Amino acid sequence: MTAKNPAHQEWIDNELAESLARFPERKDRFTRHGEQVVPRLAVPDEINDRYLEDIGFPGRYPFTRGVQPTMYRGRLWTMRQYAGFSTAAESNQRYRYLLDQGQTGLSVAFDLPTQIGYDSDDPMSLGEVGKVGVAIDTLADMEILFDQIPLDKISTSMTINSPAMILLAMYIAVAERQGVSSGKLRGTIQNDILKEYVARGTYIFPPRPSLRLITDIFRWCAEHAPQFNTISISGYHIREAGSTAAQEVAFTLANGITYVQTALDAGLELEVFAKRLAFFFNASSNLLEEAAKFRAARRLWARIMKNRFNAADPASMMLRFHTQTAGNTLTAQQTDNNIVRVTIQALAAVLGGTQSLHTNSRDEALGLPTEDSVRTALRTQQIIAHESGVADTVDPLAGSYYIEQLTDGIEHEAVALLNRIDDAGGVVACIESGFIQSLIEDASYRYQQEIEQGKRIIVGVNEFRVAEEKSVPAMRVDARVEEQQIRRLAEVKSGRNRHDAANALQELERTAGSDSSLMEPVMAAVRSYCSLGEICNVLRKVFGEYRR
Amino acid sequence: MAQQYRVLIGKPGLDGHDRGAKFIARALRDAGFEVVYTGIRRTAEEIAASAVQEDVAAVGLSSMSGGHVRLFPAVIEALRNAGAGDIPVLGGGIIPDEDIEPLKQAGIEAIFTPGTPIETIIEAFRSACRKHHSHRS
Repeated sequence: MTAKNPAHQEWIDNELAESLARFPERKDRFTRHGEQVVPRLAVPDEINDRYLEDIGFPGRYPFTRGVQPTMYRGRLWTMRQYAGFSTAAESNQRYRYLLDQGQTGLSVAFDLPTQIGYDSDDPMSLGEVGKVGVAIDTLADMEILFDQIPLDKISTSMTINSPAMILLAMYIAVAERQGVSSGKLRGTIQNDILKEYVARGTYIFPPRPSLRLITDIFRWCAEHAPQFNTISISGYHIREAGSTAAQEVAFTLANGITYVQTALDAGLELEVFAKRLAFFFNASSNLLEEAAKFRAARRLWARIMKNRFNAADPASMMLRFHTQTAGNTLTAQQTDNNIVRVTIQALAAVLGGTQSLHTNSRDEALGLPTEDSVRTALRTQQIIAHESGVADTVDPLAGSYYIEQLTDGIEHEAVALLNRIDDAGGVVACIESGFIQSLIEDASYRYQQEIEQGKRIIVGVNEFRVAEEKSVPAMRVDARVEEQQIRRLAEVKSGRNRHDAANALQELERTAGSDSSLMEPVMAAVRSYCSLGEICNVLRKVFGEYRR
Repeated sequence: MAQQYRVLIGKPGLDGHDRGAKFIARALRDAGFEVVYTGIRRTAEEIAASAVQEDVAAVGLSSMSGGHVRLFPAVIEALRNAGAGDIPVLGGGIIPDEDIEPLKQAGIEAIFTPGTPIETIIEAFRSACRKHHSHRS
């Protein structure tokens, strides 16, 4: 293959050739119909310096067109539906159902007590056990959660932040019992505490000890679990809280900068941990703005890693990300319309080059999704992947005047916000002063007022309404789950070696008060069947609690 | 000028989704109410204590996690225990239709589900506050 432009030729001979040698494409030929061949990568006739600087080639800095040279021609994105509810046994059944339906990765939702470090029998857990995710109190629950799911074959994403280290330790312990070493594990822990303070709310400890836990995880995984993504720096929840697209990019990358700087300050090696940073964004309904947003985020992160942190390895500059469609856009009215919204949003994520995707189910404005509606959500991804044709060529929107203008505009807006955060002393200072929260709140209020005043039409809500009965069957979590879970926890506690458990907690407390890594004592506590609440209470005692 | 009512918006339970609660708080403020927002992750007792301390005429609760069945009645009980059982309590969030009647039975004045126009909610707060005041004087 010969190209007109030397830069293009160089990409073909290097990045592309290497990629094709390692990962063959899904098909020998991609065609529209008959002999109409779909090009791998459409490029303009004239390639100038500005083009190379801002757009370039996929798999090459600044990665505007994607992180891999062949993108979805090589491998489709991972279809990963976030799921979990009730007990470990019930969630395990849902995971196995999803895997049977062709899902290619797991994504675990934990209930709020687990996310905030309370056992199911804690008074703070009242009414919340098993509601928005699965309840995990000890390693015994985790063993059931992954029963008959081969952890060397599947990648698992866990939405867990403050107690991320504990759940990661449990995951590693379960894998060991399956004979799978930590070096073989693939997956992601969310582990992104900073956005919890501004948007999502499942914080436990103050920022500084929380950042230490994160750095300890980076360090341990670099040595023992090199294939595991140690963090998923998340704009999703910032957007759900009402931010604009550009704010989502800016605040997420600002948090990313903070994690990188904290790890560097702790003496970690940039080119080792930077490769394992992953991101997580929202896909809302403005199709072109969202597709441009992903391209802008990818380019801006590459520039930050290269220019601000002097990264040299391209892998350290790549922004790899998961996407979830925007939960806040789902309506309780005419719920089938949500399938259409999700389709548009998922398409934006794919056109923007996502590495994995969760599509929301139509009934999620009413409660947890049913099995049927989850299947439709998964089918939406499969239709985009196999029928729409958008996965057959790389970055199909590149070069559109509007898309490139939007990509530039979002990047510039985000840079301006990053500068304001830097000037105000960084993210932690901006969280403490409420600066970031107030910008999100203003954007959210403006958006909602536009809907209330009819300036923004939401189909079925403020226009095109019908009289309807809300007859969609919402899934309910049995109220007895709480009792069951409390009973199980009591059984585990009475069956464990009391001496080992007490010793492990003591050792944990001692280490928390020192500078040493907490990963080993947490692993020991988990293996001794200490509960999540017991471990977090020890850390609360040493670190204190954050409250706003 | 119309009477300025003071109300409390509370987030009981562990869920941190307070975009809706904050919107309601700000819209009520724009409509002339004085609004106290508790912040997320408050216990029923904390919410009741704030309601008494701030001497509010109504309490609005928001829950998105499905915990409302336990959490909303717990706030009613905490208010009674604090000697403030006469403060009307309104609720909103992701609440299935079949839960609305039992919550009203438990003493919740009104329940608002997604898509309710803000004017409806403001009017409900206004009438709850009016009733509370006339009841007192």
